[in-house]
Amino acid sequence: MGCGLCEVYCTLAHSTSQDVVKAFKRERPRAVARIRVERTDGLFLPVQCRHCPDSPCVYACLTGAMHKDPWTGAVAIDPDKCSGCWTCIMVCPYGAISRDIAKGIVVKCDLCPGRDVPACVANCPNEALLWAEDGPADQRAFLARTAQERSGG
Amino acid sequence: MANTKSAELRQLPAASMTKATLPGAKYLIIGNSAGGIAAAEAIREVDGEGPITIVSEEPYFAYSRPLISEYLAGQRSLDSMLLRQPDFYERNKIEALLGTKATRIDFDRRLVELEGGRRLAWRKLILATGGAPIVPKLKGCYREGVFTFTTLADAERIGQTLQRGCIAVVIGGGLIGISLAQALVHRGVAVVMVELMDRLLATALDAEASRLVEGALRKNGLEVILGQTAKEILGRREDGRCVGGVILQDGRTIACDGVVFAIGVAPRIELAAGSAVTVNRGIVVDRRMATSCRDVYACGDAAEAYDFVHKTNRLIPVWPNAVAGGRVAGYNMAGRPTRYEGSTGMNALNCFGLSVVAAGLVDCKDDPTCEVLATSSAADGTYRRIVLKNNRIVGMVFVGDIERSGVVFGLMKDGVNVRRFREALLSPDFGLGALPDDLRRKRLPLANGQRGGASGNGG
Repeated sequence: MGCGLCEVYCTLAHSTSQDVVKAFKRERPRAVARIRVERTDGLFLPVQCRHCPDSPCVYACLTGAMHKDPWTGAVAIDPDKCSGCWTCIMVCPYGAISRDIAKGIVVKCDLCPGRDVPACVANCPNEALLWAEDGPADQRAFLARTAQERSGG
Repeated sequence: MANTKSAELRQLPAASMTKATLPGAKYLIIGNSAGGIAAAEAIREVDGEGPITIVSEEPYFAYSRPLISEYLAGQRSLDSMLLRQPDFYERNKIEALLGTKATRIDFDRRLVELEGGRRLAWRKLILATGGAPIVPKLKGCYREGVFTFTTLADAERIGQTLQRGCIAVVIGGGLIGISLAQALVHRGVAVVMVELMDRLLATALDAEASRLVEGALRKNGLEVILGQTAKEILGRREDGRCVGGVILQDGRTIACDGVVFAIGVAPRIELAAGSAVTVNRGIVVDRRMATSCRDVYACGDAAEAYDFVHKTNRLIPVWPNAVAGGRVAGYNMAGRPTRYEGSTGMNALNCFGLSVVAAGLVDCKDDPTCEVLATSSAADGTYRRIVLKNNRIVGMVFVGDIERSGVVFGLMKDGVNVRRFREALLSPDFGLGALPDDLRRKRLPLANGQRGGASGNGG
């Protein structure tokens, strides 16, 4: 339906305050949404990272920042290594990688570490976005582990 | 390098270095950068045990060469330049002979001679030797303060010489020259950029995009001199050994403290020269990245690999292509037949905050069969150019808003006919959503795990 709530909740999930009003009105720079709803001629298409099995962004990355988590198979970014050269953006066939201009790095869907279900899926009122798991490892265990690391660090 | 900070990056393979004869490697990789590492990883995907040896004349773990610019700018530590985790070699059971130069290869007896005369046997070999920066033989080019800029050692040397308040002349307005110039500006060094062509990035960009990049550089204090190059390098009045200035071809003299040549790289083919390995400008490889010599492969800046836009093999010295070629070579070396899809010239840059992405045939003045679609907006500084041939994309340039350039790149790579939606290509909203339904479904499979044409086969 093109409500764009997935974009809103993605920004919120990646905000510092985790408060929707503060995330949009106060935080500068505002957290960049990792999902985008494309709106063309009555079509609403949410686009986010597909975590490709053969990831062009990983192979194109000049620094090793873009990598495949060996355990979950998710494509992830090490923000300390990213140099903001935008080479991954050039080769992503979905247009799913964004610039975080304030930080000078790229951002994309990180599957919301620390949450059972990504924020965009959890808040989609029309169940247009679904959460499904496949791959070699247990995603939930990964999320739980990441949550512990986040609260511990 | 004497710099102690480098010690953490350095590996000292003392045990293996002391042996006069080294155990043979099933897989020998010469080169420890983009192509060599990609080949090693691909080999390990297929063959978990076969002994791999990497030989590299640089004494470090693989690092990201493009990051030497941020390192020189003082914005990046050596640690964060590592391409892989420090345990990469150990975990993948790779013997790394770092700081060791391969001096000669006997392709018949399958031996490589290392510096100091030690020899190493191999069964499969890949030459991932990269490129060497070109330095023209000018009067005075031996002076201290004449540099190139492709390695960490180069960055260290430049950093020792060019401090705040110095003046540097950068010869060459290509990608390396521009990334260097940005680093020098961050160091407080005044930069004069001299480019032989009538515009910057002349091989990567079209004239309009070149103009935008030039504007960004000038806005950040660079002096840009076009249509010129160095004729002679002058010594300093008080000490003739050191650089004191540059004379350009038009006779102009620029006083400076250092000169950096960034006019391109030449493939390092010396190990293949005079052998059964066919060499053109670079090492010639087929679509498996195999050379004319059995069990010998090549990739990266040293190799002439397939270009899907030009539909021929050519030198394309850019990082992503080295990785793509190295992977294909690695799979084939380990016995998994894989075909190189081909790549093309592609560059992305962030020039003082100006985002630029360009790939393929961006300038097509000589080709009447090409059509150019272009749009620009002075208001937000965006520029977009798509080059078509028979309704297929053969080139693209995005400046400013680059975020969906990859969708266009994918259409170009897969040779998709864009006749039905070509007008939409220039729209600021263009993305997968703007494609006709059938094509969009093909390129954006909805169920997880399914694969469409868009992600390619990576091989």
